[in-house]
This record gives sequence, C-alpha cells and structure tokens, in this order.
Amino acid sequence: MFDNISLLGLAPFLNVQLLLDGLFIGAIFALAAYGLALVWGVMNVKNLAQGEFVIMGGYVSWWLSIPTMIWIGIPEIDFLFVYIPEITFLEFMKPRIHPLYGVPIAFVLLFGFGWAVYRTIISRVIDKDLFTSLLATFGLAIVIQQVLNLMFGPETQTADARFPVLTFMDNNVTVAQVKMISFLLAGLLAAVVVTFMKMSRMGQAIRATAQDARAARVMGINTDKVFAFTYSLNAAICGAAGALISMIWVIQPFYGIGHSIRAFVIVTAAGFGNLPGVIMAGLGMGVIENFGGFILGAEFQQAIVVGVLIAVLIWRQIQMARHRQVVQ
Amino acid sequence: MISGRIKALLYLVILAAGIWAPFEYPAYTFQIALLWLMIVFALTWDILGGQMGYNSLGNIFFFGAGMYVCSVAQIGLYYDVAEYTAHFGAVKVDFTMGQYFTGLFVGLGLAALVSVVAAVIFGWIVFGLRGPYFAIGTLGVAIAAGELIGAWDYVGGGGGITLPSFPGDPEDRSNLFYFLNFALAIVTFLFVRWLYSTRFGLALNAIRDDEQKAEGMGIHTKRYKTIAWSIAAFFLGISGGIFGNMTGFIEPLEVAFPTVTFGIFMVLMVLLGGKGTLWGPVIGAVVFHVIKELTWTYLLGWQWVALGALIIIIVVYFQQGIVGWMMEQWPSMFGIVVEDKSEQAKEEAA
Repeated sequence: MFDNISLLGLAPFLNVQLLLDGLFIGAIFALAAYGLALVWGVMNVKNLAQGEFVIMGGYVSWWLSIPTMIWIGIPEIDFLFVYIPEITFLEFMKPRIHPLYGVPIAFVLLFGFGWAVYRTIISRVIDKDLFTSLLATFGLAIVIQQVLNLMFGPETQTADARFPVLTFMDNNVTVAQVKMISFLLAGLLAAVVVTFMKMSRMGQAIRATAQDARAARVMGINTDKVFAFTYSLNAAICGAAGALISMIWVIQPFYGIGHSIRAFVIVTAAGFGNLPGVIMAGLGMGVIENFGGFILGAEFQQAIVVGVLIAVLIWRQIQMARHRQVVQ
Repeated sequence: MISGRIKALLYLVILAAGIWAPFEYPAYTFQIALLWLMIVFALTWDILGGQMGYNSLGNIFFFGAGMYVCSVAQIGLYYDVAEYTAHFGAVKVDFTMGQYFTGLFVGLGLAALVSVVAAVIFGWIVFGLRGPYFAIGTLGVAIAAGELIGAWDYVGGGGGITLPSFPGDPEDRSNLFYFLNFALAIVTFLFVRWLYSTRFGLALNAIRDDEQKAEGMGIHTKRYKTIAWSIAAFFLGISGGIFGNMTGFIEPLEVAFPTVTFGIFMVLMVLLGGKGTLWGPVIGAVVFHVIKELTWTYLLGWQWVALGALIIIIVVYFQQGIVGWMMEQWPSMFGIVVEDKSEQAKEEAA
C-alpha cells in the first residue's frame, strides 16, 4: 500500500505535480467553504446541502456544453370541437455552449434557486434549534441528489473545455490550461465577493447582521432580506464553484456529500470571518487529498476527507479542553 | 391519565399481536421483523437525541460494527475468516445446527460487547463536541467506518460477506429472526422505560436542559453521556448482528453502515413520533415504516425524492411529533396539570 511513498522520493517532479493539482482543486474547495462560512456566520444555519449546490452548478455547466436533443411539445387541437390528445414534438439540437460560460450562468441560476430554497425552507427553520437546520438541509440534499440522478443518471461527467494541456520541467509536470483558468476565475470571484462585502450597502448590512442580528434589526436593517440574500449568494458561489469543478474534475449526483464535508472541515479548521484562514485551509485540503489519494489509493478519497474531519474535530476539542473546566 | 389497567391491557395486546402476526401473515414476516428493528432504532436514538439532547447522526456505526463483529465471530469460530471471505462461491460451507446456534449467540454477545467498547472509545472523541459539531462528527465516524471496512480485505472488503446459511427449514429461519427482533424490541422498550424512571433518566434530562448547570450541580456529565451512548450501542450492536443474519449477506456501504437510509430513518422516526417521550419513538417508527413501505411500493423511482421531502416537511412543520402534538391537545391524558391562564389573569386583576 505504501509503495507509492518511495515513488514520490524517486520522482521529485511527481510532488510538484500533486502539489499543483491539489492547489488548483483546493482553490475551489475554499470558494464553497467561504459560502458556508458566510451562511454559518450570518444566519447560524449549517447548510448540509452545500455540496449539492456545487454539484448542481456543475450540471448546469456540463449540460450547456453537451449537444442534446430538446423536445418542445405542442398540443394539437381539432377545430371541430373534438380534442385529440396528440402532441407534436418540435425537435432540435441544442447548440453546445462552452462550459466557461456556464460559470456565470450557474451563478445566476443558483442564486435564484437559493432564494427559492430560503423562502420555502430556510426562513422557517432559521430561529429553531441548531439541529433543525442541519436536518432540514440534509433532507434538501437528498431531494437534490435524487432529482439529479433521475434527470442525468448516475454516471460521472466532465465538461470538456477543449483547452490544451501545457507541460513544464522537461515534460515532467503537466498542467491543463483549464485548471489555470479556473484557478484565476476562482480568485477573481473571491475578490469580487470580498469587495462586494466590504464596499456595497448590502455587504455592510450582511456584516452588521452577522455581528448582532437584533441590533441590526433595531437599526432598520431588513434582516429577513439580508438572510435571503446571504443564502442565495452562498448558493450562487457554490454554483460557480461547481461549474469550475465540472471542467477540471468529475461530477456525479452523489458526490455532493463529499463537498459538504470538505466545506465543514475547512470552516471548522479556519473559523468563520477568517478569510485568509479559509483560503489556506481550502488549499491545504486540496493538497492533503491529492497526496493522500496518491499514497493510499483512489478508493480512499472519501475516507481521507472524513479522516481529516475527525482529526480537525479532535484537534479542536483538545484546544477547547484547555479553556474549559469539566467535572470529571 | 391513562389508568394502569388500560396500560396493562395495551401491553398484552401488543405482545399478543407480535406473537400472532408471523403465523397469520407468513409472507410479511420479514417486513414485520423490520418494523421491530425500526422500533429498536428509534428507541435507542431517543436515549441520546430525545432525552439527552445530543443529536447524533452516526448511531448507525454501532449497528454496522455489531453486524461485522457478529458475522466474523460466527465464521471465525469454525473457519478461517480470510479464507472464507475470499473463497466464497467456490467453497460451499455447511454449518451444523449446533455450530450455527453457538456461533450466532456467541456472535451476538461479542457484537454487544464490542459496540459498548467502541462507544466508550468514541465517546471520548465526540462528547467534547456540542451541537452541530457533534452531529457532523458522529456522521463522520459512521461514514469513515463504512469506507474503511470497504477497503479491508480480511472481512471481504466492498464485496461483503455471505453469512452461513441456516441449517434447517427456511420457515423456521424467518420465524427465528422474527422472534429475535421481536424480543430485542420488547427488551429495549422495557429497559428504557425502566431507565427513564430512575435518577439516571433525570440526569440525562438535566444534561439536555442545561449541560453547564448540570455540571455545576455536580452531575458527572461526561460519565452519564458515555454510559447513555454505551446503552444505545449495546442494543444497536445486537440488532446489527440479528439483521446481518436475517438478510444473509452483508456489505459495508448499503447494509452495515447505511448512513443515509437507516442512519437517518432513526432520527426521522423519533422526530415524527415526538422526541423525549417513551411512546413517541415507537409510534413514529410504526407510522414511518408504513409510509416508507407505501412510497417504496407506489412511487418507485421517486421514493427517495419523497423521502427527502418527508424529512423537510417533518422537520419544518411538524417538529413536536405525534406524541408531542397529542400532549398539546390533551395534556390531562399525560398527567400534565395545566394552569388556566385566563383565571390566573382574573385573579391578578382582582
């Protein structure tokens, strides 16, 4: 099992390769985790459907990039006041849209979806106890997974961006151009969101609500609107992250839970309101997962994610035990 | 307040129905056995989730652990486990009646023991966590266990283990496992009923209401929490061993550590029935099992979507559960004395 460790020593370029791949994917993990930190910090909602939003965004981008037949049914009506239940289908080929355009489209679509979810579910659980929001979003996650599975099937998919693969260091390190582009886009999106939070009126209102929702309400901030916006923004960020993942990795209806756990690990390790921490933890998560997957084997990928979660929780507990006196 | 005589009658009716059912409806024996299993799930989850206020998503871990320990013990008593799991299909192994039953009961005992030990060890890790961290941490433990067992070739890896086949008549087999499940459910119910009437139950409720204050009053919270978890683990471990033998084939992700099916069903059944009550989990389990079987039969393909929607509806709109709702409607039936607010107001005014 551990033969691969010696391989890492023999081929130093492999380390560079794994490190780079880890950083590229980790940037996207950080994005989804930032969204979770936002929702958690502002509304105290633990969104277990986080990973499902990511996968939904991925499917938006992937679906746009494949040529598919689309049918539009037109019911035919007989003029002699007899209805014939026959439907003619207009059939046409959907043009392929480059998956990069999927990033903004997924952002907008998921923003709307997030708003709908907030209005129907989240707004009703927001003032209940902590476990309620966890369980409600878990139910939402199951619904999304299953609907995606019924719509697109259980196969893993990748949106083909058709960019060249670049090689460095005497052909020892290969980097797909699309990974670099997605890394830049993730950085750009993060920068835009952070600027928005700092500069705009809404961003100020969100930060004020995060500090003290009751005081913000007294000051005339419509906290319900702020919550709705925060949740939708989170869904939108996740959607964009998912569109990037569909280009550089694989998506599948049931991969969402892994992304949810990653986001929880990153936020738990970094704490919320700590953007540099989230970025570092996100990149670290990507690197750990890549090296771990290489050393132990790809089948351990999920186990590695969960293992890191448990390690982080134990570490936090040791940290907290110093602060707390417990009756033994 | 329901009088003692009616209660005794009710218990008798349930007992009689439980014994009579498999003989009247032999085709549904498996289904009814599953119902008793669900009741065990709900009752054990409620010890922590309802009475102690620790919402675990990973109790299914003990179910799977018990299942694997029991199976490995059953096989390991007479054969080499690695060889058995590797060669199955090629080598046919027959157990005699004596071997089978010794293996089964030794296995169930070991399953309970190992689950309790695991509960103590994991209790040390997870009981420092509060609220959502506890839920996510326990979920993580259960998922990790499934993944790791899946990679462990000694116990068959992802391919699973086919359990020793019952040496007798198939009808006797289904009745045997039916009555094992039935007995386990009854014992679990009587045990938690007794448990909640003791000081231990009061301590659990104190932890739920305010853990800091309970600590301040001198309750050794960590010890209570670990013992409560061990109790849940004990019954879940046995139920896992029984269920593994009942299905005849175990496998890490879908059968032994099914976090998104049985693992989440436990929580739902208790929420549906009303958490923190004695009868809530039982009623919730029965209602949920019936709903689940109906949706599985009539909404094939969409059953999972229906399940997710059901979770959302229960959690968002019906949190107090059936028994909780009944308590609100007819509080006098549960011995709760309600002060009439309007009269009190009148007195104050006067």
